[in-house]
Amino acid sequence: MSGSNKEHIIKSYDDELTRLTGEIVRMGELAVTQLESAIDVVERRDERAAQRVVANDDAIDQLEQEISHDVVRLLALRAPIAGDLRNVFAALRIAADIERIGDYAANVAKRSIPLSMVAPIAPTNGLGYLAELAAGEVREVLVAYRDRDAERAYQVWKDDALLDEAYTGYFRQLLTYMMEDPRNITPCTHLLFMAKNIERIGDHATNIAENIWFQVHGEPLATQRSKRDFTSNPEMTRLGDRSE
Amino acid sequence: MKSSSLYLRRRIKNVVALGLSSVATLIGLIFLAWILWETLRQGIGAINWNLFSKISVYRENGGLANAMVGSLILDLLGIAIATPIGVLAGTWLAEYANRTKLGETIRFLNDILLSAPSIVLGLFVYTIVVLPTTALTHGDTTFSGLAGGIALALIALPVIVRTTDEMLRLVPSTLREAALSLGIPQWKLTLQILIRASRSGIITGVLLALARISGETAPLLFTAFGNNFLTFNPMDKMPSLPQAIYEYTKDPDPAINAIAWAGAFVVTMFVLALSLISRLILSRNKVSHD
Amino acid sequence: MTESAAAGIHPQPAAALAPTKLRVRDLNFYYNGFHALKGINMDIPEKKVTAIIGPSGCGKSTLLRIFNRIYAIYPKLEAKGEIMLDEENILDTRYSMNKLRSKVGMVFQKPVPFPMTIFENVAYGIRHHERLSRADMEIRVEQALRSAALWDEVKDKLKQNALGLSGGQQQRLCIARGIALKPEVLLLDEPTSALDPIATGRIEQLVEELKSEYTIVIVTHNMQQAARCSDLTAFMYLGELIEFDRTEQIFTKPGKKQTEDYITGRFG
Repeated sequence: MSGSNKEHIIKSYDDELTRLTGEIVRMGELAVTQLESAIDVVERRDERAAQRVVANDDAIDQLEQEISHDVVRLLALRAPIAGDLRNVFAALRIAADIERIGDYAANVAKRSIPLSMVAPIAPTNGLGYLAELAAGEVREVLVAYRDRDAERAYQVWKDDALLDEAYTGYFRQLLTYMMEDPRNITPCTHLLFMAKNIERIGDHATNIAENIWFQVHGEPLATQRSKRDFTSNPEMTRLGDRSE
Repeated sequence: MKSSSLYLRRRIKNVVALGLSSVATLIGLIFLAWILWETLRQGIGAINWNLFSKISVYRENGGLANAMVGSLILDLLGIAIATPIGVLAGTWLAEYANRTKLGETIRFLNDILLSAPSIVLGLFVYTIVVLPTTALTHGDTTFSGLAGGIALALIALPVIVRTTDEMLRLVPSTLREAALSLGIPQWKLTLQILIRASRSGIITGVLLALARISGETAPLLFTAFGNNFLTFNPMDKMPSLPQAIYEYTKDPDPAINAIAWAGAFVVTMFVLALSLISRLILSRNKVSHD
Repeated sequence: MTESAAAGIHPQPAAALAPTKLRVRDLNFYYNGFHALKGINMDIPEKKVTAIIGPSGCGKSTLLRIFNRIYAIYPKLEAKGEIMLDEENILDTRYSMNKLRSKVGMVFQKPVPFPMTIFENVAYGIRHHERLSRADMEIRVEQALRSAALWDEVKDKLKQNALGLSGGQQQRLCIARGIALKPEVLLLDEPTSALDPIATGRIEQLVEELKSEYTIVIVTHNMQQAARCSDLTAFMYLGELIEFDRTEQIFTKPGKKQTEDYITGRFG
């Protein structure tokens, strides 16, 4: 428990908070699995599996509904304050982030369908590395959440820079491919969106990390996060402009 | 199965306990009814207007008028002496000496006085009032209504002290704190708020004290002494109902015995009425308190 | 401020809000030799609501009862230290009790109207401190009853016995009685613990209205009440002031673990 590790005098209150944590962790694990399955179908070019992944997103949405319901009930019946309040509040926000992560994973799976309709191209393999980083982040931040470990969460938050860097590199690689051969533009654009989705998953992982930090310390993770996603950098634009 | 037998056992126990306590209550009530019935039965023949209007039973158509007037004067004297002293003493105990050693000691002594045999109090007044004034009147024994009133006051006093003390201590301490926190001084608080808040309780105490002394005989034997004539002078020997009853029951004449029974009936009714009135006051006050 | 910083407690949040009305310094309280309050330092700000919370027996009511020295009516109680009310130490035996009680009003846990009419309940206290004409007294009583949000309910029955009012009305009458003396500080000792939620809401609304004129200190067992109607909250435990801060701070992110355990309902 954030704020205090002692038990509540009313035991069922603890049970409900524990249940809430459990639901979040389960939801998070489901989202990570979805991401991994999505990458798997990209690599296997399996349309039916891709549709299954997309359909599975409902389960995550379902869990989010349950969490929202539990949060409202906790707020109404227990009137949590201080650490408990931050706990419940963070759960609500984290659930929203995980729900987005699930959506992105489903998006990746969805785009794998048109991708598998054209000839495979080499840079597809690079997506796996990005997804690995993102899944690692989410897994790590879930552990941090479960353990109320703000330091661990902060580490995830910092490590997101690696994903951003990898994304920037991948972006550059895709641009090169597209410039090399206009026939690559369609698959590469899909890959670009998929990569962006994965990069966004990393951002949501940092959101979760921030919420964990707030939950534990009661104040926002104040320091400006270091931006290492250079794709919006003019330098990059110029690289893209070279074709003109 | 098991629980139903448990409930059965409990129900039986309940019925037995209820039965026993009902019987006990019934026994008490039977005696009360019996006493009322006996006094009424034996005295009914003598209850007539003469009883209340004529004096001296030893004459034809005699009555208890002198004894009733005497009792009234004696009782009022007793209450008049005991009430101010008792209320003030009770107030002192509850408000100023509460939880002090001195207060506890005096409260204890008051309880002893409360249960002191009334004959002892009569003798005490005989010694400190009747005998010294005898010396003043060159040897005439000075039994008097006043001495009787003092003796009765000594009986009423601990009752009034006790009830005043109890009633004031029943007033929630927050009422005191509320008044004091408005800057009201203690004396004003006591006189204007506390006494008022416990007024009905104190009046009840006084009425109960009156009921108690109106049936007393023993303390009057050596003080008011008794008299066969009507007198309003408290310095005179004074007759009283209980004493009249005591003497007339010893008389061989059954007509006079009947008058004694009638007197007993009057006293009983008087005490009963006082009790009822005090109950009424107390219960009415309780309703308005909640 | 320096002396309190030395004592390791932080009575400062008050300073940030408003000028200090009651400055408590090194307050220790003993009854029958039991050390009930231990080195209390706190600055209670003017025209703000300060809530004092803590488990039973933590000394919160005791502290409140020192602010108007009502404790002094019982034997064997002793307060040491300093409580400055407008630069005068109210614990100084030379400080007039009359003056203190007219400056610091108190409302208790259970409503305790005097056994008099509604009008007399309010007028009684005023009469002790001031000589007013009949007309002036009527105005004063009406003002007090209006401030206590009770006027409309009782204006037609001022001559009736106050004991006939409902619990919530009685409590507002007690507040009216207190503010009729135009005090500067109003002490509320669990004023709603005997009232239903509606009556409680009325009292809390009243507290909010009154704080523009009075410095209010409220002792409560109801955490939500402290959260709802106070600007500052003090948490006391075992006779010590554990934490004293802005209410928002206490209820979102208390500085001390003990405070958090208490307000979130964990084993102490």
